[in-house]
Amino acid sequence: MMIEKELVNRPMGTNQLTLVQAITDGLRTMLKEDDSVLILGEDVGKNGGVFRATEGLQEQFGENRVMDTPLSEAGIVGTSIGMAVNGFKPVVEIQFLGFIYPAFEQIMTHVSRIRMRTMGSYTVPMVIRAPYGAGIRAPEVHSDSVEALFTHMPGIKVVCPSSAYDAKGLLIAAIEDPDPVLFLESMRSYRANREEVPEGKYMVEIGKGKKLQDGDDVTLITWGAMVPVALKAAEQARIQGMACDVIDLRTLYPIDKDIIAESVQKTGRAVIIHEAQQTGGLGNDIISIINDTSFLFLKSPIERVTGFDVPVPFFALEDKYLPTPQRVMKAIEKVMHF
Amino acid sequence: MTVEFPILQIVDENGQLVNEQYRDQMTKELVKEFYYNILRIRTFDRKAVSLQRQGRLGTYAPFEGQEASQAGSAMALDKDDWIFPTYRDHGATLTFGAGMTRTLLYWNGRVEGNVPEEGKRIFPPAVPIATQIPHAAGAAMAEKRKGTNNAVIAYFGDGATSEGDFHEGLNFASVFQAPVVFFNQNNRFAISVPIEKQMNSGTIAQKALAYDMPGVRIDGNDIFAVYFQVLEALNRARNGLGPTLIEAVTWRYGAHTTSDDPAKYRDQSESETIRKTQDPLLRIERYMKSNNLWDKEWIKKITEEITTEVEQAVRGMEQFPKPNVNDLFDNVFEKPTWTIAEQKEQYLQFTRREA
Repeated sequence: MMIEKELVNRPMGTNQLTLVQAITDGLRTMLKEDDSVLILGEDVGKNGGVFRATEGLQEQFGENRVMDTPLSEAGIVGTSIGMAVNGFKPVVEIQFLGFIYPAFEQIMTHVSRIRMRTMGSYTVPMVIRAPYGAGIRAPEVHSDSVEALFTHMPGIKVVCPSSAYDAKGLLIAAIEDPDPVLFLESMRSYRANREEVPEGKYMVEIGKGKKLQDGDDVTLITWGAMVPVALKAAEQARIQGMACDVIDLRTLYPIDKDIIAESVQKTGRAVIIHEAQQTGGLGNDIISIINDTSFLFLKSPIERVTGFDVPVPFFALEDKYLPTPQRVMKAIEKVMHF
Repeated sequence: MTVEFPILQIVDENGQLVNEQYRDQMTKELVKEFYYNILRIRTFDRKAVSLQRQGRLGTYAPFEGQEASQAGSAMALDKDDWIFPTYRDHGATLTFGAGMTRTLLYWNGRVEGNVPEEGKRIFPPAVPIATQIPHAAGAAMAEKRKGTNNAVIAYFGDGATSEGDFHEGLNFASVFQAPVVFFNQNNRFAISVPIEKQMNSGTIAQKALAYDMPGVRIDGNDIFAVYFQVLEALNRARNGLGPTLIEAVTWRYGAHTTSDDPAKYRDQSESETIRKTQDPLLRIERYMKSNNLWDKEWIKKITEEITTEVEQAVRGMEQFPKPNVNDLFDNVFEKPTWTIAEQKEQYLQFTRREA
């Protein structure tokens, strides 16, 4: 797999894109490159998806490659399994992660285990894209962040980019991956800002996190929509004289163990930020990684700033549910003053 | 709807031809092949039950009584077609070309049992109910997109029609006009729940109306009806005419699995009555006898051949190499993730130290 470093010297045009535009660009790149790539989902055709992630793709590649499906999540994933084992690479859009539950059985019992059940005779090179997360005043159930249901599930990788560059590179890597990948897209980050995105094909390696800033005092570990929250808290901490390492995990399974260990062994302190519920959340796996790799380097217990063990609330209360820079700051102070 | 969807028969319980439509195609060779395949999978099934009773096989799902449905439908397939079975359809997969040793390995808890024979498009049996129905629709959509002449068959029971995946799979196949045959074996019990409690519809075939596809109801113990109706449905699929739902009405004589006792929920004397009157093997025997096709020497010869084949398969299973602990870890991803690689290494170190 090509890694980012190899890209540096590659001559390529770039465009200023939002995260959602980078996803469209990634899909277009792969539809052009590989005839076996298909897009399936509700409203992905003429409508271009409810978030416009597939805007213009049906027009460009036709109804046989960009397929509007019945409103049927288990049907979409189930039929995509049949297509995947029969030579295609379906890229499935589930309209919101909170609507993925009808397909859960298909993902748990088939998508993630057909390779194992047949010793590799049949495989499912499928990507399931799903917008996730709270903070955009969406109606009930639209705002879930249930990555941990899938990181717990054996046989599927889970990625969650926070920037346009990473979104395109990870999406292409996911489509090229021989195994199923759940690709989580932060709705809050879809149009939050723009960045330089290279034209054409490039990949960001699945399983590698990214250090967003360096600091010797505390490690902040997060991903997706919580990246800007962590960065804001890190900035406040800097003003108060505390320097943060900020890590964007980018891949939630398999987690980049080395980037966590290296940082925590330097800082001796860690704060994990995620918007999902705390119990059974991915923060606990990150604590386990720190425990396994860096226990003797710790100067204080690890802090978690997460959603609460409640269903994601109606949007009138979602700002109370979501971690904020202030809550992260409080945790930073706590680990610094232990 | 039992009036709109009558049970189609070609050869009745007494072995008499009651429908002349396919008479020209009912050659001596075909009839003998029917008999051979029913006898072969019945012999296998009985052997498997017996092995389980002796502790030489794991929990097993017997299909005795459903052989005409399974052999007849699988015989109608072309070699490049796809088959999406459940855990009770190894009679069909064996007829289609699944390895007998592998089939036994599957029931002995060995993942090697799910590896299809080279060139055979046999999907591993679906264990959750109805989940294979959308897979079959999807594989058929893929064949259509590739522009091939291949078709797909999905097997499922009466209970599966209550699951969402049944309806979602049929709807997709209908919307995309996928070349697939949905082959239902209505054996009238989902473990202990009888069909009357499973659905308030008179038939399963009528559910095809909702998806605007042909719905066909057949006597699932009449291998002639099964074979010719599946063949027609496959031909429609190959010719771009989309999916078909077939309801083959049949009966399982025995338990849901060897872990279950059917006497607890139904009067097993009914099974005995059906065995005497409607049995698929008996029926074709009666047909052969009344058409001068019954050849005792041939019967003796194939019985011996089949017995030898089954015995060899049992030996193949019992002499199969021991399970490899690497298979616990190595086939989850193409390349193991670090968590799996690390867990494997730690476990292997642990076992080396213990040894």
